[in-house]
This record gives sequence, C-alpha cells and structure tokens, in this order.
Amino acid sequence: MTGLALHHIRIRYGHLEAVQGVDLHVGDGERVCLIGANGAGKTTLLKAIAGLLPVHAGQIHFDGHSLLRRAPHDILRHGIALVPEGRGMFNQLSVAENLSLGAYTRTDPLAVRQEINRIYDSWPRLGERRHQPAGQLSGGEQQLLSIQRALLSRPRLLLLDEPTMGLAPLMTEAVFASLDMAHRDGVSILLVEQNARLALAHSDRAAIMETGRILITGASHALIDDPTVQAAYLGL
Amino acid sequence: MSILLQQLVNGLVLGSVYALVALGYTMVYGILGLINFAHGDVTMIGAMVALTSITALSGHLPWPAAVALGLIAAIAVCMVLGYFIERLAYRPLRHAPRLAPLITAIGVSIILQNLAMLIWGRQYLAFPALLPQTWFDIDGARITSIQLAILGIALTIMLILDFLVRHTRLGRAMRATAQSPQLAGLMGINANQIISITFLIGSALAAVAGLMVSAYYGLAHYYMGFLLGLKAFSAAVLGGIGQLRGAILGGLLLGVIESFGAGYIGVLTHGLLGSNYQDVFAFFVLIIVLMVRPSGLLGKPAADRA
Repeated sequence: MTGLALHHIRIRYGHLEAVQGVDLHVGDGERVCLIGANGAGKTTLLKAIAGLLPVHAGQIHFDGHSLLRRAPHDILRHGIALVPEGRGMFNQLSVAENLSLGAYTRTDPLAVRQEINRIYDSWPRLGERRHQPAGQLSGGEQQLLSIQRALLSRPRLLLLDEPTMGLAPLMTEAVFASLDMAHRDGVSILLVEQNARLALAHSDRAAIMETGRILITGASHALIDDPTVQAAYLGL
Repeated sequence: MSILLQQLVNGLVLGSVYALVALGYTMVYGILGLINFAHGDVTMIGAMVALTSITALSGHLPWPAAVALGLIAAIAVCMVLGYFIERLAYRPLRHAPRLAPLITAIGVSIILQNLAMLIWGRQYLAFPALLPQTWFDIDGARITSIQLAILGIALTIMLILDFLVRHTRLGRAMRATAQSPQLAGLMGINANQIISITFLIGSALAAVAGLMVSAYYGLAHYYMGFLLGLKAFSAAVLGGIGQLRGAILGGLLLGVIESFGAGYIGVLTHGLLGSNYQDVFAFFVLIIVLMVRPSGLLGKPAADRA
C-alpha cells in the first residue's frame, strides 16, 4: 500500500492511554485533516508518526516500510517531515540558517539555493530578514518559515500540527496558500487543525478524533454538510 | 615596559593553551548541558602519549618529524578515548537526572588518572630536550620559538573551529542540536552523531593542548589534568559557558591574569604573598567576574540561552 498507513495505533504516557487504537490512511498526494477537541490525541499521533514518541502497539507503514522504532532523523529521510506545534524555530539561528537546516539531508546544494531564493521571492518578508535571528520574526512569519523549511527536505508527506494557532486571518490564509502550493507539487498532507472549517475546506478527507479514538472519517466536503459535525465542530 | 610585555606574552601563551582545553568544555556543555570533568584528564593523556612517543622517536627521526608523529598519536588516542567516554559513560545517562552524568564524569576523571599512573608511573616525565632553543627579542621582552609556535598553532585552530561552527553544515547542525536535539532530529540531523563529533573535536583539541603544555613546561605528570582542567573550565565559565568565543576570550584572559598575578602579586602585597599564589589570583578574578556577570563575559542571560 502506498502512502501512510496507521494500523491499531496505541500510545501511552505512563498509565494514560492518549491514543487508543487508531487506524488511518493518507494516500499518495492526498490531503487529510485531523480535527477534534484539545486532548483528543491528535498531536500525540503526529509526534508518533514523526518518531518523537514511542508507539505502544500497532503498526505504522509508509510506502510499505515500517516506521516503528525509527529515530526522527531516519523518518525524515524516508520522506516524512513534521511542522511541529509552536513552529519549532531555531530562535538564535538566522532565517537563512533555519532554511539550510531544512535542506540538511539534501545533497544538491545548487538546487537548494535556487529553492531558497524562490522562497524569498514568494515570501519577501523572509527574504528581507534572511540574516536576522528567526526568533525575531512574527508568529505568522515563523510559521511560514517552518513550513518552507520542512518542504526543503523534499518530503512526500508533510505533517502539520496546528499551523494557524494564534495567527491573524491574513497569515492564516498565507499558511493555507502555502499548503495548497505544496499539494499541487504532489506532497501529501496530514493536517491537525483547530479551525475545522478551514481544515475541511482545504482537505480531501477528514478524520474526527475524540479521547484517543477516531469517531468519524469521510470526505471533507461531505463532513462540512453533516449536521452532527456542524453542531459539534463547526459551531452551527 | 619590558617586564609588562613579557608577562603579557607569557600570559597569552598560557592562555591559548587554556582556551584550547576550555573549548572542549564549552562545546560539550553547549550541546549536552554536561560538564565533562574528565576533559582535563583527556588533555593529560594527550600530553603523556605525545611525550612518550616523541621520546621514543627522538634519535631515530629529526625532531620535527618526531613531534608531528607524537602529535598525531596523541590526537588519535584522545579522539578514541573521547568517543568511548561519551558512548560508554554519558550516552546511557542521557535522560537521567543531571547529577548522574556529573558524578560519572568525576568517576571517569579518576579512572583516567589511575590508568595513567599505572601506565606511566607517579614520577614526573621529562619532555625530551630536542626543540630548538631560539628566541626573539621585542622591546626587551623575550618570546621563545616554542611560545611562538604555541600561540600560532592555537590561534589557527581557534579560527578554523570558529569558522567551522559558524559557517559550515556541520556547524549549523551542532548549533541546532545545542538548541534542541529533538528539533534537530526533525531536520534529519542525527543528534547522537553530532554529539560524537563534538567529543571527537574537543578531544583532538585537548591532545594538541596536552602536547603544548608538556613541551612548554618540559614535563608531564598523571595528575596534571586536574588543575589544568579546573582552570580551563573556569576559563569557559569566565567567558560564558556554551559560547565558543567566550571560551577563547576566557582562556586568554585567565592566562594573562595569572601571568600578571604571578608577576606583580609580590609587589602589590609588599612581599606577603609570592608567585605561588598565582592560582588563587586567577580564581579570585573568576569569582569577582561571576558576581558581576553570572553568565560570564560573553554569556547570554540564562533565560534566552539555547
């Protein structure tokens, strides 16, 4: 099976089971969003896929390879990049250095340089501040930097954890614009998002998670019109 | 004037050796938050290996070849040693409470001292008298060829290291790992590999410093790493631990302070204290600086350090 496949995943923090048997599939080039209340286990699930947390039981496969018991740096080399919650900036390193780190595993420096220049062209604020510490950027600029940095590793699957949290509407739009761009380039996306309406609008399929389980999955456009989903998650 | 200049030269030479050792402390602290108390003893092993190999080779080879091979041997031994110290003593304790690796570091230090005592004995070993005894006079101050070599080599190494950390892919990975090993992992950086490389570099610098200090004083001893390590550690703290340039500044400063202290303490105290108080003088200055700037001269306030 191509793409990402989670099979009966269980994750524990001590005695607490944060993820209680999750099955999920993200196909090649597909955009899947994961929505649900705080504490539902969404972040935990992303961290486990990226190798930051150990999985207690179940299987994770990506393009047929098992990802269990692999270190984060190894998983990145398999083509999965995580844009972590809180943006994960190297605050004291410059914008340019942060981008270079995104391309750490690449062996084609010329192409990397071109891609970084293209990023500066598309997001002039990043270009203007390329020599400033990333910690001095605004929250939205940091988020864009974090996404572009992750894309520089040329992932086939991009995991994003609450990329619009705390952002102004204009910046939220920019974040989704950059995700749409990545999707057009063929990158699959697994998005965890509080803003359910936007997440559903920018995804092909959605999974709704509550207390460690996936309750509902379906096509995003169908879920938008589902009355129970509307009542519980879209505030209608 | 000439005495002043002489003290300054002596201090800078001594200080550049401190700085090389201090860099090892500060690099490891920057990445692991660990004070590697065994680092001074790695320097001692470097001195012992260099001295022994040079002694064995002198007479068979011209002195530059003997010294070069002795240096290579010392670097190789120290790098292997540093690598395995991290792998066996520190890595298993990576997620243990901070006190555990600190105690282990002291344990490793004691093991290395005893190992050196078993191999080389308790007596002072003399550095073979084969280096040319030439000197230059500058305004009445005398700088020997050994001093000049120590200064030149140490400064070159520091410049290379500074460039490496600031402007190369490896350096970026080291700084990223220092800020957050987890986040570095998400960039595809193998933090364990970077930590091993850090120990390898620090140990190689210690080997060079070990050769320098034994050639400068003309001797080596299994216990020499203790005070040398303590001073280099102080130099790293003085400059701001975790900061590369801080270690260099702190090392040079400590050397100069010590040299001036030794030279003038008798005059200042009307003969009450002699030059044997030079060590006290250096640590006294360290305490004063830390009272005014707890994070060291180039250190950032604790809150926004990586």
